[in-house]
Amino acid sequence: MEAMISLMIGVLTATGVYLVLRARTFPVVLGLTLLSYGVNLFLFAMGRLRVGAPAVIGSGDSYADPLPQALVLTAIVIGFAMTAFTIMLALRARAELGNDHVDGRG
Amino acid sequence: MNLLLTIMTPFVGAILVALAARRGRAAAAWTTGGVVILAMAWLAPLASTPFWGDTVIERWTWMPAIGIDLVFRLDGLGLLFAGLILGIGALVVLYAHYYLSPRDSLGKLYAYLLLFMGSMLGVVLTENLIVLLMFWELTSLSSFLLISYWREREEARRGARMALTVTGAGGLAMLAGFLLLGEIVGSYDLTAILASGDLIRAHDLYLPTLVLILLGAFAKSAQFPFHFWLPHAMAAPTPVSAYLHSATMVKAGVFLIARLFPALSGTPEWTYLVGGVGLATLLVGAVFALFKHDLKGLLAYSTISHLGLIVALFGIGTPLAAVAGVFHIINHATFKAGLFMSAGIIDHECGTRDMRRINGLWNYMPYTATLAMVAAAAMAGVPLLNGFLSKEMFFAEAVSGEALDQFGWALPVAVTIAGVFAVAYSLRFIHDVFFNGEPIDLPRTPHEPPRFMKVPVEILVLLVLMVGIFPAATVEPILSMAALGVLQNPLPAFDLAIWHGFSPALFMSLIALVGGSLVYYARRPLYAFQTRHEGMLDARRTFNVLLDGLLGFARAITAALDTGSLQRQLLFMILAVLVLGVSGMAASPSPLTGARATLPLDAVSLIAGAVLIVSALVTTWWHRDRLTALITIGAVGLVVALTFVKFSAPDLALTQLSVEIVTIVLLMLALYFLPQRGATDSGDARHVRDFLVAGLAGAATTALAWSVLTRDYQTIADYFIANSVPGGGGSNVVNVILVDFRGYDTFGEITVLALAALGIYGLLHKLQLEAPSHDTYGRAWHPDLHPLLLATFARLLLPLALVVSVFIFLRGHNLPGGGFIAGLITAIALIMQYLANGVGWTQERLPSNTHPLIAAGLGIALLTGLASFLFGHPFLTSTFTHLHWPIVGEFEIASAMAFDLGVYLVVVGATLLILIHLGLMHNLTHPNPAATLQGMLKEKR
Repeated sequence: MEAMISLMIGVLTATGVYLVLRARTFPVVLGLTLLSYGVNLFLFAMGRLRVGAPAVIGSGDSYADPLPQALVLTAIVIGFAMTAFTIMLALRARAELGNDHVDGRG
Repeated sequence: MNLLLTIMTPFVGAILVALAARRGRAAAAWTTGGVVILAMAWLAPLASTPFWGDTVIERWTWMPAIGIDLVFRLDGLGLLFAGLILGIGALVVLYAHYYLSPRDSLGKLYAYLLLFMGSMLGVVLTENLIVLLMFWELTSLSSFLLISYWREREEARRGARMALTVTGAGGLAMLAGFLLLGEIVGSYDLTAILASGDLIRAHDLYLPTLVLILLGAFAKSAQFPFHFWLPHAMAAPTPVSAYLHSATMVKAGVFLIARLFPALSGTPEWTYLVGGVGLATLLVGAVFALFKHDLKGLLAYSTISHLGLIVALFGIGTPLAAVAGVFHIINHATFKAGLFMSAGIIDHECGTRDMRRINGLWNYMPYTATLAMVAAAAMAGVPLLNGFLSKEMFFAEAVSGEALDQFGWALPVAVTIAGVFAVAYSLRFIHDVFFNGEPIDLPRTPHEPPRFMKVPVEILVLLVLMVGIFPAATVEPILSMAALGVLQNPLPAFDLAIWHGFSPALFMSLIALVGGSLVYYARRPLYAFQTRHEGMLDARRTFNVLLDGLLGFARAITAALDTGSLQRQLLFMILAVLVLGVSGMAASPSPLTGARATLPLDAVSLIAGAVLIVSALVTTWWHRDRLTALITIGAVGLVVALTFVKFSAPDLALTQLSVEIVTIVLLMLALYFLPQRGATDSGDARHVRDFLVAGLAGAATTALAWSVLTRDYQTIADYFIANSVPGGGGSNVVNVILVDFRGYDTFGEITVLALAALGIYGLLHKLQLEAPSHDTYGRAWHPDLHPLLLATFARLLLPLALVVSVFIFLRGHNLPGGGFIAGLITAIALIMQYLANGVGWTQERLPSNTHPLIAAGLGIALLTGLASFLFGHPFLTSTFTHLHWPIVGEFEIASAMAFDLGVYLVVVGATLLILIHLGLMHNLTHPNPAATLQGMLKEKR
């Protein structure tokens, strides 16, 4: 299972990096989204993988590490805010500059 | 408490004055005067203590772990300076009211003046060196605002920037010096530092400490070679010059030298550095002052010279010299403030400050002329005026045994020469301005200024006379008190008599008076000589060359690294991370795979993982077909949510799922305004390069994740798990961490969310977007804008969805859920209405302005945090209790719930703000859906 998760994180990173390096705004936003998935999974996995042990007191004998979960929860929401901001920036840039190139040159 | 109030009153007052200024100039002036008097009133009850030789210390714990507390100190030196700052400040407030023309904002000047006053009070009343430095930097910043008050003038901006650069750089050096001093003594408290002079002087780091601290003090007090900023700061309005350059800003450096006198003085290094620099400044300032044709320029260089005199006195290092230094601080502050104000009156009345044009003013304003001449005579050191007494003490010290041992005859000679020039430039101020023929071509005809504009000058001149004639009765107790604060030891015997018999000092005074008159008599050949050689010693030019060089260097580096291409920047960044990360991993001797037992892989997980990997690859491969890419990236997000479900993170799964929905809707809306097909503009070589970089990054991350996941670790989570129920009152540990243990972080995060939403609102403001009329394949949009079934069900679902979100919110403290998730669910339920029923329909029924919602959320979260202060606990300490409700039964209520409500409101507000405003863009591009529909139907026919 650990190998599977590691591979998932790796693929998300690779695809994210590739898309972030594109010259148009929309793929860059997609790339950022994929990278966020990868980073969130990676951070979450730092608490190691536990099956059937949610960190709710009284639900079992031992619990998964709640700390990375709390970190990732806010990271997901902030990640959304960041994605939203970037895509709006892209819209604004297109309206002002007339194209969707990341550096604004047609 | 009183010291803190004294310091804080001007800061708070600055805000009040800025508000009061809207009600007119008189309101601003009265408010400012009131603030100054209030600050004095706070200080008054403590004012007698230093006269008994005691020190008042007030302490509040701030950062004890690194030895920084809010500690305030009132001793003789501090009280003297606080008195000067507040007293002369009050006079400047009165004066400025008449000086500024109605066009200039008086409220702005007063607000800046009060900021500066508070910073200065902080410097002189602080016990902790680091806190002192903080106020020190505040004086640099607020004086920047004051000097650049007329910001539309180039010279004012330049002067302010130069003052800030020089004094700010000095402040940095001083910080380093203070840190060294703290290391040597083991404390930043002045009480400890002043008592460990021997330890400091014997330490290996004594010299660097001394040099760094002196750099700061010299830069602030305009000592040679940092003196050049002061004349350029004369671009400030004259009330500001009168305040900054007589009693406050430039005296801060002198204050610091006096303050640390017991800790640092008494070594040859001190004597030569402080004494030498002071002496050089004394001479340079005195000589340059004579050649300034600008009235304020003359006063600026004379200030430099007098500051040099005070520094030189402290440099001599004997207790008696230090007493003389303190005495001259008082005297210089009074006569120089009076002179600056007189110069301001002359400028105000004549419209110019050029002494080659201002002549014979005696005939136009005899009263002001008399006041100015008395102050100028004090500056020259004429008997029966205060300047004479301290100058005489200076001369006496210069020929004292100890000074002669250290400097030889150079000191008395240099001091006498400086005295000669001081008399000469004072004489010029008197003769050139008030006599010497008639005025030449003045912009206006001068006459006496308004009555109350003269009052501050009158008070100051009265002080000059009183101290000069009755020193023992007036100034002696204050001087003893202040000198005690400087020396921290019993005072040496000193005598403030006017007549000391035929001492060497008297002869030096006589030489200065006679010599100065002769120099002034021979001034014309001297001016001619100076004009020929002007610019040889221009420190400003050196400063500008250095500054330009620095800026050019910075620009060259920026240009080399930043080509303006995002792709290049990102590539560099990713490559840098790769190189650093891979080299770190390769250098490690431990194997890639650790010893931790791995979980078995089941078929469902394998399929889910495969779906994620394939979807991510498809997204990348077909990213030009943007709608397809959007759908597949949605699939990736879903599998991520499932992963959270599988590995015991229900909260994360719920969050990811709802964020996923919002994100996809958002990207879909945005895609409508972007090209739906991406252009191909990278060459094959670039594709291959990026493919390789991405592959490497992926492989490295996989290896990293694998090596971590196969190793055991030590967690700090046990604390949270153990304390979640007893400490936080909730059994869902993740939620308790968010709203309780790490509530401060969450508070920061919802603030970021709110800011992002506001930023987006700003980006969308007045945005003109082109909406396509057809999709990528040339098909017109479907005319059925809002399918009936969807619309009906969405309306039916709304109450249900809202109930679910309330449920999720309430149970969040004990079971998966909470403010973040509930907020997202509410937002989705509302967004569904927009999608299903159209923006127009929904907007009539729901307010589209969600700013108040965000503000309320942040406000509630903040108030919850602040409420714990009321109970004497730190910010955001939570409490909880169990209530018994009828029907519902045992119900737990925690203060963290209120905080979570704040989180909920911010999430709802921010999410809706983002999506609704983009949705409104759509509506603008289709102003009337019905008309569009009819148009299309016509087309078909």
